[in-house]
Amino acid sequence: MSVEVKSEQEVVFQKRIDAEEKIEPKDWMPEKYRQTLIRQMSQHAHSEVIGMQPEGNWLTRAPTLHRKCILLAKVQDEGGHGLYLYSAAETLGISRDELVKALHDGVAKYASIFNYPALTWADIGAIGWLVDGAAIVNQISLQRTSYGPYARSMVRICKEESFHQRQGYQIMMTLTQGSHEQKAMAQDALDRFWWPSLMMFGPHDAESAHSAQSMKWKIKRQSNDELRQKFIDQSVKQADVIGLKIPDPALKWNTDRGHYDIGEIDWSEFARVIKGDGPCNRQRLQHHNRIHAEGAWVRDAVAAYEAKHKQRSTKAA
Amino acid sequence: MKLYEVFIRSRRGLDHKHTGSLHAENPQQALEYARDIYTRRSEGISIWVVNSSDIVASQESDCESFYDPHDDKPYRHAAHYQLPDEVNNM
Repeated sequence: MSVEVKSEQEVVFQKRIDAEEKIEPKDWMPEKYRQTLIRQMSQHAHSEVIGMQPEGNWLTRAPTLHRKCILLAKVQDEGGHGLYLYSAAETLGISRDELVKALHDGVAKYASIFNYPALTWADIGAIGWLVDGAAIVNQISLQRTSYGPYARSMVRICKEESFHQRQGYQIMMTLTQGSHEQKAMAQDALDRFWWPSLMMFGPHDAESAHSAQSMKWKIKRQSNDELRQKFIDQSVKQADVIGLKIPDPALKWNTDRGHYDIGEIDWSEFARVIKGDGPCNRQRLQHHNRIHAEGAWVRDAVAAYEAKHKQRSTKAA
Repeated sequence: MKLYEVFIRSRRGLDHKHTGSLHAENPQQALEYARDIYTRRSEGISIWVVNSSDIVASQESDCESFYDPHDDKPYRHAAHYQLPDEVNNM
């Protein structure tokens, strides 16, 4: 009997999704839908927070006070975006502690791009322009995701992200207008970040493990390859305007498709970095673990302060 | 009776929005009153009621000390970055 009832709920649920209505926290939803969202939203939240590390690395070394203020504001935004997403994920009945523990245990992932180091100041430009640029393409699409709280956090995040990409591009533009060395530095950053940025969209559609069900549930609205193509098409022009060269000899405009064709993505690198063997995987997790442990006293102090206050007010009463 | 604040989600996908307040003896009653008072013309598909005394609010007069650092950070806005026309839609 319970199976029949369930399937009826599932029919209502799918109808709602097919009619482009949002699912809200107290609605019935299939367990797999809930789990998929928790996986995707927590991965998204962890990416925002881990993404603070490569940029945080340059806070004390930004070339001017103005650039330092900008970078601080950006890193602060990323922390805020992590919080929006953790809170939205918590509406699915999982706790913040569980989410963080899954990250520390290596069960939950974060975007593999953040396992690459930011070696030069130009990398900060490339990260804003390309990494945030790729994230925005993905996030614009997710503004239409079927889970209400996720969709609403995407709207908020997209509004704030635009400055991130523009400041990154402006760093690149400034470098390309500078000395020979500065221009070379910008090109080098593009060379290193281009392919990992394309990998941010995930495997080709045919290889993507979670895609079909996520599209049916409208958690995902566009496929990995569609989003990647959109990013490629916009980036080629942006590189051209500041005189940088996309590091892909096979890159070519395809008149039939109306899109750029690219060379083969090195998926063995993608697999290697996801598995844990990127340049900075261990460092990123160790750092998060260390900071979380070192911050324990703050959480304890907040709790102790609250307890003391409560004690005082009961005494006074 | 206690004062309750009422928040209504007018459509799936939208945030709950503050609509008004009412008096009730308990939360369940507040929810039913809110339905009667604020959704007589299908204004909403979900209602939140919150004890008014549970709402902690900032004051406009606190502005200077509470929000002050915001106005002198124009670099937090996209328009602060001037880019060539061809790519200005970024």
